[in-house]
Amino acid sequence: MFDYELIQLILIKVIFAFLMVGAIMTMAGYSVLAERKVSAWMQGRVGPNRTVLPFVGHIPVVGSLLKGLGIFQPLADGLKFLFKEEIVPGHVNKFYYYLAPIVALVPALTTMTVLPFGEFVNAEGVTIPLILADLDIGILFVLAVSSLGVYGIVLAGWSSNSKYPFLGGIRSSAQMISYELAMGLSLLPVFLWVSEPGSTVSSLSLVEIVRSQQGSTWLLIIQPISALIFLIALFAETNRLPFDMPESETDLVGGFHTEYGSFKFGIFFVAEYAHIVIGSAIFTLLFLGGWNFLPWLDNPWGADWMGALIGTGWFIIKTISLIFFFIWVRWTLPRFRYDQVMDLGWTKLLPLALANLIFYIFVVTWLDQSNLNLP
Amino acid sequence: MAKTVVLDRKPLSFSERTYLPQIANGLKTTFSNMFKPKVTLQYPEEKPKIPQNYRGVPTLVKDPNGREKCVSCQLCEFVCPPKAIRITPGGVPEGEDDREHVEKAPEEFEINMLRCIYCGYCQEVCPEEAIFLQDEYSSSGYSREEMINNKAKLYELGGTLPDQHYKWDKKKKAEGQGNSH
Ligand code: SF4
Ligand code: SF4
Repeated sequence: MFDYELIQLILIKVIFAFLMVGAIMTMAGYSVLAERKVSAWMQGRVGPNRTVLPFVGHIPVVGSLLKGLGIFQPLADGLKFLFKEEIVPGHVNKFYYYLAPIVALVPALTTMTVLPFGEFVNAEGVTIPLILADLDIGILFVLAVSSLGVYGIVLAGWSSNSKYPFLGGIRSSAQMISYELAMGLSLLPVFLWVSEPGSTVSSLSLVEIVRSQQGSTWLLIIQPISALIFLIALFAETNRLPFDMPESETDLVGGFHTEYGSFKFGIFFVAEYAHIVIGSAIFTLLFLGGWNFLPWLDNPWGADWMGALIGTGWFIIKTISLIFFFIWVRWTLPRFRYDQVMDLGWTKLLPLALANLIFYIFVVTWLDQSNLNLP
Repeated sequence: MAKTVVLDRKPLSFSERTYLPQIANGLKTTFSNMFKPKVTLQYPEEKPKIPQNYRGVPTLVKDPNGREKCVSCQLCEFVCPPKAIRITPGGVPEGEDDREHVEKAPEEFEINMLRCIYCGYCQEVCPEEAIFLQDEYSSSGYSREEMINNKAKLYELGGTLPDQHYKWDKKKKAEGQGNSH
């Protein structure tokens, strides 16, 4: 009656999913720590260095090192959010007020299903990508779902029923819409390039695009302009400085989450960092060769499970460096004014993305014709 | 009248208008900052260096012979703007040989640190150089009573400061010569 293979498959996927959520959430938590530490270092401070677990702190060298690096700080921060008093202001629209943080977090966690992080060849010689769901339309799915995250912010701004969150929500939606266009357009040439006739892959899948970069150059080198536009749009989509319009502490108090406290605020906070983690991962997959070693070099590790582990580690290292880049930019640049953000999005990035697309259409067509010896 | 010269602003070059070189420059600066020495003081373990003439908590001091200098003239009590000082005057206990010739000494001396504004008037007005605002800057307690420094506490905080006059030595000498005033 029961299809045991199916149950086994589902069970494995569920375990995988839990592992993945755990990994991404941990990374999000530790990005918060990294943010605090890196900002501190850049400003000549030392950052969080007091939190410590009992016993662990007494281990001679390691304990004090971990304490100095603030390794236990995210634990303390999380517990703090958990145990704070839940305050719901009287003037909010309760239903949407509770819904907003969930709506903000869910898309961030959903996009990770199509996020590959390695692949290995099993005993039968079949290459299996390490991914929850290998969709053919991977990148479309990511773009579609991640832009749903803005609903969380808009809902939070609107249901709070107070002016600063409202302004934050409006700004956020305007910004998302403007940069979504440039983001999508910057990705088209990338997929044109990898899907040209005669090449082996022709798909929107994230796995295929990483495979196309195996042993050849990274797409960052072939398409620097696309990468630049995508990166800028990514900053805007994840609401990072210099585009952190929905928050902009100096003019909007706390922005869209002004009326939120305790754990609901914590969820917003984690969602924001989960977006950054996933955004960095996607940039790595698209432009930095995913789990492949260096441009023009074959992977020095094998294709078995050991090699897959090393490849995954390499992928995570790349992602973490990109997260560091996000943090680094945040503590370097001031915030754009709201109209400047709109101006940059519509009058600079969008035309540039279009020009870039047209340029690569010509290049790809020319390459195809010379490849296929068409007249 | 001074002439105002309006300088023409140079139009931005293309690379300047993309912002990118400037951003790269900024990133370079912040990155190099990461490896500079830190300026943080790990406060409770490390204490800042207190400069001379700092006006900290007011304290009572003794002279190098270990005598208390205050004669409970109550001038400081009178001058203290927020009325933080409360003095109960008293005499010197009988039988204390080297202090007997001093007319008075405070029986109790209280400074309420919740009222004190660290103005330093008490130090300025004291004719005996007995009260000083020294380098102690952190006073804390769990109750209002704890924040009132009594005489013992004030002497403990104050300690001994160098003295230029040894007034009471001089006075005792004069007394020995039959000329106490
Ligand atoms: S501290 Fe100075 S001013 Fe105050 S009572 Fe004593 S001698 Fe007088
Ligand atoms: S420092 Fe000023 S306020 Fe404080 S006890 Fe002396 S006179 Fe009073």
